Amino acid sequence: MKKWGLYLSLLIFALILTACGEPYLSTLKPAGEVAERQFNLLLLSTGVMTLVIVVVVIIYVIVLIRFRRKKGEEDKIPEQVEGSHKLEIIWTIIPIILILILAVPTVAETFNLGDVSERDKVDKDGNRENLVINVRASLYWWEFEYPDQGIVTSQDLVVPTDEKIYFNLIASDVKHAFWIPAIGGKIDTNTDNENSFYLVFDGEKADEAGNIFYGKCAELCGPSHAYMDFKVKAVPRAEFDEWVVAMQNFEEPEPQTAVAQQGKEIFENSCIGCHAVSAENSMPAEARIAPNLADFGNRTRVAGILPYTKENIKEWIQNPGDIKPGNLMYDSANFSEEELDALAEYLMSLKAQE
Amino acid sequence: MSTIAVRKSFLSTVWEYLTTVDHKKIAHLYLGAGGFFFLLGGLEALFIRIQLMKPQNNFVNEQLFNELMTMHGTTMIFLAAMPLLFAYMNAVVPLQIGARDVAFPFLNALGFWLFFWGGIFLNLSWFLGGAPDAGWTSYASLSLASEGHGIDFYTLGIQISGFGTLMSGINFLATIITMRAPGMSFMRMPLFTWTTFIASSLILMAFPPLTISVFYLIFDRLFNSAIFDVTLGGNTIIWEHFFWIFGHPEVYILILPAFGIFSEIIPTFSRKRLFGYSSMVFATILIGFLGFMVWAHHMFTTGLGNVANAIFAVATMAIAVPTGIKIFNWLLTMWGGSIKITVPMIWALGFIPSFVMGGVTGVMQGIAPLDYQLHDTYFIVAHFHYVIIGGVVFAIFAAAHFYWPKMFGKMLSEKLGYVTFAFFFVGFHMTFFVQHFLGLMGMPRRVATFLPGQGLDLYNFISSLGAILMTIGVIVLLVNIVITSMSKQQVANDPWGDGRTIEWALPSPPPYYNFKQLPLVRGQDTWWLEKMEGNKELPPAEPLQDIHMPKGSILPFFIALGLFIAGFGAMYNPLNQVGDGHPMGTVVLIFGLAMTFGTMLLRSLRDDLGYYIPKEELEDDDAKGGKVS
Amino acid sequence: MNLLEQKFTPETWPEHPETYTQEGKNKFIGFWLFLAGETVLFASLFATYLALKDSVPNSDHALAADIYSLELVFIMTAILLTSSLTSVYAIYHMRNYNFKQMQLWFFITVLLGLSFLALEIYEFTHYVYEYSFTFGSSAFSSAYYTLVGTHGAHVCFGLGWITALIIRNQKRGLNLYNAPKYYVASLYWHFIDLVWVFIFSVVYLMGMLG
Repeated sequence: MKKWGLYLSLLIFALILTACGEPYLSTLKPAGEVAERQFNLLLLSTGVMTLVIVVVVIIYVIVLIRFRRKKGEEDKIPEQVEGSHKLEIIWTIIPIILILILAVPTVAETFNLGDVSERDKVDKDGNRENLVINVRASLYWWEFEYPDQGIVTSQDLVVPTDEKIYFNLIASDVKHAFWIPAIGGKIDTNTDNENSFYLVFDGEKADEAGNIFYGKCAELCGPSHAYMDFKVKAVPRAEFDEWVVAMQNFEEPEPQTAVAQQGKEIFENSCIGCHAVSAENSMPAEARIAPNLADFGNRTRVAGILPYTKENIKEWIQNPGDIKPGNLMYDSANFSEEELDALAEYLMSLKAQE
Repeated sequence: MSTIAVRKSFLSTVWEYLTTVDHKKIAHLYLGAGGFFFLLGGLEALFIRIQLMKPQNNFVNEQLFNELMTMHGTTMIFLAAMPLLFAYMNAVVPLQIGARDVAFPFLNALGFWLFFWGGIFLNLSWFLGGAPDAGWTSYASLSLASEGHGIDFYTLGIQISGFGTLMSGINFLATIITMRAPGMSFMRMPLFTWTTFIASSLILMAFPPLTISVFYLIFDRLFNSAIFDVTLGGNTIIWEHFFWIFGHPEVYILILPAFGIFSEIIPTFSRKRLFGYSSMVFATILIGFLGFMVWAHHMFTTGLGNVANAIFAVATMAIAVPTGIKIFNWLLTMWGGSIKITVPMIWALGFIPSFVMGGVTGVMQGIAPLDYQLHDTYFIVAHFHYVIIGGVVFAIFAAAHFYWPKMFGKMLSEKLGYVTFAFFFVGFHMTFFVQHFLGLMGMPRRVATFLPGQGLDLYNFISSLGAILMTIGVIVLLVNIVITSMSKQQVANDPWGDGRTIEWALPSPPPYYNFKQLPLVRGQDTWWLEKMEGNKELPPAEPLQDIHMPKGSILPFFIALGLFIAGFGAMYNPLNQVGDGHPMGTVVLIFGLAMTFGTMLLRSLRDDLGYYIPKEELEDDDAKGGKVS
Repeated sequence: MNLLEQKFTPETWPEHPETYTQEGKNKFIGFWLFLAGETVLFASLFATYLALKDSVPNSDHALAADIYSLELVFIMTAILLTSSLTSVYAIYHMRNYNFKQMQLWFFITVLLGLSFLALEIYEFTHYVYEYSFTFGSSAFSSAYYTLVGTHGAHVCFGLGWITALIIRNQKRGLNLYNAPKYYVASLYWHFIDLVWVFIFSVVYLMGMLG
């Protein structure tokens, strides 16, 4: 039994050393100022708490070794100690000190990280100095609106690195929560009111992580809660600006092939009622009831989770209910194989940039 | 013995339990029903872990997973942990304070039957169109959007059983205030009685907000109101506030009695009085008080603002101080003692490090900016299982072994007890320790599955293996209980030999009137005191006289049943948002309420004067060695 | 022999019959605890009402100042306050072992309570038919009806309770078994009255004055 425990703790220790998670996902590999600060708090509190655990364990082990009832002591009555004011004061004061050590950075960081006073700061031309992104969470997909740039995209968030980006977040149906673990803590998207916070994406760390970070919904929102992922492309400012211009100038490309042309026709008959294919932000939020598909050709994932392949696009169009149960598109469709091919080809041709 | 006779006696036993108002029998009922729901909740947990054993597993589908996860949490909190603690409170507290029963025996029975019918109502959802699926917290936007009647089973079931809990809370408060034996001052009360007292006052203050918010959800879903309907001006954050104004004290409602249980077990098996009794009492009161000041730490990411987050963060961390006092007092109780390892004691020894682990991660989550990362991830799942299993469930198992002889007159097998502990303890740490890291590595909680390639596979697999070990531990405990129940042992008053409080001075199990003569309490650790002076029994505080006893009654059963029926009526009333209402629903609702209020009226109109056990009969009992036929 | 059924005279009747027996004491303490819980319950309702009192879907929907009529509410308040006073008289007579007077004053209390209830029902129907201010028309209306309606349900229950006591004990008179019952019923009635004072000020006065 004892050996078992020893092996187990060795195994656990080894596991801890070998794994901190993936750089594009783990809070233990912070890739931005916010996550960094939070990680430092984690280290500080873990340190303090380890100290507490060590003290308790030492006393505990001594007690168990020294004060077990031994053979021949069956009738021994130990002294009935009432208490000790000195000791009791000590173990009241020391925890208070430890908590103060934690409380000071806690309060400071709460105000630091919650500071969105610069969000709407404008330069002398009346333009906002910082990038602001409006996030809208809907049942199992994310919409990202760039109000100052006049563009909308969904599922793939594109951001410039090494600058403060302010987010305004809201949900359109039920409550969700917006979380990019490697970049910073989450914030809820409420149905009642807009929340705001900021994040910073570190350029170097983004390179290490392959410029893609994983984002997740962290609040239970229904059967497909686990699939409500999104991806973040963190690129240098210049590249971001190019992307913005490309999106602003995005015009639906003329289909290059007959198949794509056929796909376009099907799309305009069946899909366009809900899905926009222009990145231009011309409709009110309530009218944007499904993900914007402009730049779909550059998506990193299908439906936020599946690898970006033609087969997966076809599967998603035909049977979305199998992939994300409870999604609001439809459960299944009955397109023919030919129609699916056409749709997929058309969608994959929608690219703002090559 | 003919089969007919056996059946007859079986039926009369059933009738006895249906009508009982005796706190010791009600304890049996709570233990049985709470144990049943505990197994149910455990099974649901096992299914959850099987589903999460590997990425993209297909053991259950996403909808069913959400139902399992919701029912696991709801069942464990409302239908398992609390009732099991109520079982021990009922069994022990009146004895510990030297009372013949609780202040309101009728209400005590009513509390049980409300809990029972509420629990049955909630679980019938499995057979009537699907269980609730919005998590045990049932946040309003999701619970309003939830299809089918799952959420209605949740709200109505919680409401019915919640009424029962509230009654039991009031009952224990009144009992402890008015029914203490002569000499049993507040500062002589055993710690388990103290923690019951504080936990009951938390119930009294915390359940009404739950009642109200659950009523809002019932009205919104079933009667068209608009409290949480954002399009009509409603606000879903109100639900979050009320739920956690209830939900956070609820954690202390569970953990304080657990602290009490360990505060009985540790001194008993260290043969030493509790170190720092008064500071233990004050720490308990302080925890109860602070418990109401910290609810918003469950809502750090809701967007309440920096000031609110900072205040609630610091208040949360402050709770660590009284909790720390308790831990050190237990350690110092053992220091210098003569520690005997028994099954209850080994659970207590397992509790200390496990609970400290859960406590420190709690402080970490109190650090609001850090909690933005930890909130709603597997880190929090690990944290509250460390607290609730490592604290409450360990206490329930410890108390099962500790008080089994007092409740049933038989000792559970020590050997099997150690086997249970070994499997459960190792399995528990295996399941939940790695979950801290899963959360830090980016795994949100309440996910029906996870995708491969995110570095989460291995720890999830380890976690699921641990769950299987825990299951084995529980099965061994069940075997132990069956074997023990079939054995023919009869233990003495103080089977552990080192009992300190009044209950150990009574026969095991005690006679139905508990005390022939109410005892005179001469100090803290009453029974230990008398033993040390060489006395074989407690000094009486009154001459032998007739004992006034309450009469049994079937009415509590029917009052609760009426609400159970009314619940179905409300659910299928014509206004319900699911759209499957029927005018008959209203009729059933009225019928059920009429049954409840009619039975209450009946209770009010028929005098319940109780009855007297004549002195002579008590003397007669004496001749038979104190045993009651 | 049973203390609970013993007959008394005004001379032997204890000064505090409601807490003379153990059962009475338990009831007394238990009921105060229950009222503590009720206080939290109403506090929750008030908090919700305050949070939602201006939350309506559009500008067509009635607001507090549009619908409340202080005259009516003032009469209701006066009636309920008076009923509290009459229940005090009843308990005074109970302490003096004057059963008939006690019954009479409790009866008057019930009558006043009934007229309060009638006015409240009138008020609700008025709102529904005049202003389409229904239970589900807005968050404000839901919060209003839940708060004031819960109070109304308490009044209903209290009336049923006191009436049952009056009828049940009409023939047998006062003893130590039913004295605590009368006493806690009157406590309950005072509590309802107190809640109404808060409703009057928080809902109606604040609603009218903005």
